[in-house]
Amino acid sequence: MLITISQLIIGSVDLIAAFLLMFGLWRMASPVTAPSGILVAGVGMLAAVVASFLYVFTVDAVAKPHLPLNIGLAAAALIIGAGVAWWCGRKVAITAMPQAVALFNGMGGGAAGAIAAVELFGSQTHGVGPLVVTLLGALIGSISLSGSVIAWAKLDALLKKPLHVPGLQIFNGVVLLACLMVGAYIVFAAVGGAAPVLTMPHLIEIFFGIALLYGILMTLPIGGADMPVVISVYNAFTGLAVGLEGFVLQNPALMIAGMLVGAAGLLLTLLMAKAMNRSVAKILFASFGPGKKRKQGAIKGSLKPVQASDAGIFMRYAKSVIIVPGYGLAVSQGQGKLYDFVKLLQAAGVSVKFAIHPVAGRMPGQMDVLLAEAGVPYDLIVQLADVNEEFKDADVALVIGANDVVNPEARTDKTSPIYGMPILNADQAKKCYVVKRGDGKGYAGIVNPLFYADNTFMVYGDAAAVCVSMTEAVRGLGAPAAAA
Amino acid sequence: MSFQISIGGFIAVYIFMVTAFAGWVIIGRVPAILHTPLMSGSNFVHGIVVVGGIFTLLNASTPLEQAIGFVAVLLGAGNVAGGFAVTQRMLAMFQTSGHPTKHPKHAKRAALAAVKSISPKKA
Repeated sequence: MLITISQLIIGSVDLIAAFLLMFGLWRMASPVTAPSGILVAGVGMLAAVVASFLYVFTVDAVAKPHLPLNIGLAAAALIIGAGVAWWCGRKVAITAMPQAVALFNGMGGGAAGAIAAVELFGSQTHGVGPLVVTLLGALIGSISLSGSVIAWAKLDALLKKPLHVPGLQIFNGVVLLACLMVGAYIVFAAVGGAAPVLTMPHLIEIFFGIALLYGILMTLPIGGADMPVVISVYNAFTGLAVGLEGFVLQNPALMIAGMLVGAAGLLLTLLMAKAMNRSVAKILFASFGPGKKRKQGAIKGSLKPVQASDAGIFMRYAKSVIIVPGYGLAVSQGQGKLYDFVKLLQAAGVSVKFAIHPVAGRMPGQMDVLLAEAGVPYDLIVQLADVNEEFKDADVALVIGANDVVNPEARTDKTSPIYGMPILNADQAKKCYVVKRGDGKGYAGIVNPLFYADNTFMVYGDAAAVCVSMTEAVRGLGAPAAAA
Repeated sequence: MSFQISIGGFIAVYIFMVTAFAGWVIIGRVPAILHTPLMSGSNFVHGIVVVGGIFTLLNASTPLEQAIGFVAVLLGAGNVAGGFAVTQRMLAMFQTSGHPTKHPKHAKRAALAAVKSISPKKA
């Protein structure tokens, strides 16, 4: 009786939770409804977690004697895990968001892998089908765990350079194949088709070891600017692993939530890859090699440096300015200072917009969040497709800390590594100011002809410092009539 | 009457298929400006794995199973709590020009900026 009632309650609560999680994501369609969406999803999640303790009434006779200890362990793990992560999530700087998301994502993958490990070590899965699903979930979850940790280390600048070892991709292929073969052998041994050479626990340990190793090896060669894609892929992986383990545990809420995230991650991955004009396979399995050299045609024109104060004053008397922020702005923490300058321009009657490239930053949409943090209203932030036609009517395009996403070579030069990538048409504005620390090249390692164009002027310096000088120069003109 | 859930192989594939389509449609509606909160939000959603972790840990009968189950719940709880905290924080930052300062941090910053604009600093 007690078992039936608990099953009924758990089933109903999980059903409601699954609905609320989907509804929460549904409300993410607009910045207006999104904050309530995450709260709705949070309520669903909380209910599901609380209800899951009713499983105590349904445990097998074997686990009954251990129940008091298990309940204690579960409560302790919940409090420690949630407490630490909550504290980190509250404290982490918004600029460090990609690292945080990578880390929390890796935790989910690790949890899915751990569930699979318990099932496997306890020989709780029977039959070829469930066993294969468990192993697949274990493989994907483990790759997501170790890969996310490497991604976190790269984003946090603990690992500086992508690893380029000749033949690494082939070696990785062999490692993955070995992992799949060990998995297949486990299945054969479990259903009695083959005599195990090693004991089962050893086989399972080897399987997890290789899977974790593959996640590390797969992520090491991938460069910093490809991180948006990598994070999306691992997000999808974790979702998939959770969905598969949900099937093993016969829990439809896990299946639905996991698969939902799997689809979300896949969609975002494809969007990012499209915005970079590179295939997902190329990003994951081939990196921008330093060896591939290409002769770039001679560039006409010269670099024309100007003072930040002159640029600022020119923009003060312009009608419309479109700002193209890039990762360099985030690095110098100049978002707030940039918005101070923008507020001055707006007070003087200048129309200002922020044009965001889909791959600006280290994760999809990171630049939007950074601007939001600085207090920029989201109606000033426009995306590539909506703003690109407006550049030719704009008086000034202010490119600040961005490079490859405004390289006109992507439109014209078929030999360019970024050919075909959608770019922001900053070169079509009447005048273009480029704020840059030096004459360095972008991530793709190519010279940007935009910088040499007749209507382009270079403002050298740290993005935040340049914003401060521009602001001071405009303030020095005296308060305009429009601003009280 | 029993409420034991039992999902066979084919039913599972159907569930996965329909959910994948639904996910594709739901996520496709999200504007690019919200892609970071979307990603951390979906990250939070797969944190429901913690429920599976609790189930597994409660059913553990050997020290090894208990240890791994403990890790599963620990990591799953971290996924849920961290994912929620960062998503909620980021979404609270998005605001329109219409209603400028809902966020306390921004209200403070706006007030400071207002004071500054009244009495400009002499450099």
